[in-house]
Amino acid sequence: MSGAMINLIWQATLDTLYMVGVSGLIATLLGVPLGVLLYVTRPRQILAMPVTHQALSIVTNVGRSIPFIILMVAIIPFTRMLVGTSIGINAASVPLTIAAIPFVARLVEGALNEISPGLIESAQAMGATPWQIVRKVLIPEARGGIITGLTITLVTLVSYSAMAGAVGGGGLGRRRGRRRAWRPGHPLRL
Amino acid sequence: MIELENVSKTYGNGDGAVHALREVDLHIPRGSIHGVIGLSGAGKSTLIRCVNLLERPTGGRVTVNGEDITRLSGQALNRARHRIGMIFQHFNLLTTRTVFANVALPLELMGYRRASIEHRVAPLLKLVGLAGKAKQFPAQLSGGQKQRVAIARALASEPAVLLCDEATSALDPQTTGSILELLREINRDLGITILLITHEMEVVKSICHRVGLISDGRLVEDAEVGDFFTAPKTQLGREFLNDFLQLEPPRGLISRLEDSPDAGTHPVVRLTFSGDAVSTPLISRLARECGVDVSILQAKVESIQQRTLGLMIAELMGTSEQTGQAMRYLESHELKVEVLGHVRRDD
Repeated sequence: MSGAMINLIWQATLDTLYMVGVSGLIATLLGVPLGVLLYVTRPRQILAMPVTHQALSIVTNVGRSIPFIILMVAIIPFTRMLVGTSIGINAASVPLTIAAIPFVARLVEGALNEISPGLIESAQAMGATPWQIVRKVLIPEARGGIITGLTITLVTLVSYSAMAGAVGGGGLGRRRGRRRAWRPGHPLRL
Repeated sequence: MIELENVSKTYGNGDGAVHALREVDLHIPRGSIHGVIGLSGAGKSTLIRCVNLLERPTGGRVTVNGEDITRLSGQALNRARHRIGMIFQHFNLLTTRTVFANVALPLELMGYRRASIEHRVAPLLKLVGLAGKAKQFPAQLSGGQKQRVAIARALASEPAVLLCDEATSALDPQTTGSILELLREINRDLGITILLITHEMEVVKSICHRVGLISDGRLVEDAEVGDFFTAPKTQLGREFLNDFLQLEPPRGLISRLEDSPDAGTHPVVRLTFSGDAVSTPLISRLARECGVDVSILQAKVESIQQRTLGLMIAELMGTSEQTGQAMRYLESHELKVEVLGHVRRDD
């Protein structure tokens, strides 16, 4: 392998890490609270709000159901508005983040689901406020499951980022595309 | 200390409505240990959860410590709950916190500073006999030790009332005994009023002062423990007592029992006696004074609170005149005599 090639792969790896890192971080910051919200607003939960829960649930399900490649193209106007371009690693990070938020939220909700309802009940009996229950019971008790969920999210983001690369996002996916069909300045058209 | 007035709880409405509690009145004085016993699904759990509003009653009023808590919500309810400790069948300890941190949790919730938390937790762990386990995690403890941690946690906020929801049902008999002993000490030394629900008569017998019997959402009996064990008023109460005392006639005998007497049969009786009768040599007097022979099929003596309860199943052998006289003699000495049936003579 030539030095230039190694250099290309190195640069692409850094780009991938950047996209996965940025989208993973933002998705965690938004997805974890969304997951908690999905859980606590369920009927008979500590902040039961059936209508809000239904609305959040639908949005999350729709978000998770859209194939990433479609989502990426569909939100190009939004991406342009946010980062000024639809090409490059910053642009690719936008759909990656959007795709990862509901993904994280559902995994977090699943992790919270594993907590014994008795723990929440005993915290209520101690006079804990809903926010105290989230902070002192739900998050610590589900920590293991949440970390597993975030790991799964990062791995999924790596594979999504390759897809983003194929349409001009940069990173390892882009390099692979370029070796096969080199079109300077023209990302793969869908 | 705990007053339930006309408390009802209904789930759902219309035809599908489930009446978990129906107009329950319960008065638990300060410093007493009150048991509520009943079969699964009778409404025990709902009853105890209505006391700290984990379940909100659909009717009636709950007063704890002089405060009508059914009118509270939000912060005021949380403050009232700090004065009501609760322990559960499955302990409900946080798995990710050490023993120390579990006991510290209610204090953290109340906004105590770290230094004063440490000051409070150590004596509590000593009280429940777990001084050396502060740094362990619940998974490293036995069931009995977990319940001790839960008790320490429930006491951390210095409650006036302790609710025990089937607190010993997941424990073996020996551990149950030691947890009940701890609850008795807490009641005696700290003056904490205890309401406990259970399906085990053993629990009621060993620590309760009064007991309520709940059936289909209604409180059908409410009596001193000694009275309940010697003279339950309802059929269900008698069933609980007989199950507990295991004093049914032997199976082989039941099949031979006949409903009506004739010349060739002897009555089989269940005798219940308490108080002075226990220490009187009634059976030998019976033989002497009425001329009947008594064949004891089963007998048991239980000591409940300060009272002694004796139960016996016996066959009275003699002429019908003699056995009739014997039963009157027993009744005149304040024994309860139930004729279970008549058994045919073997010869």
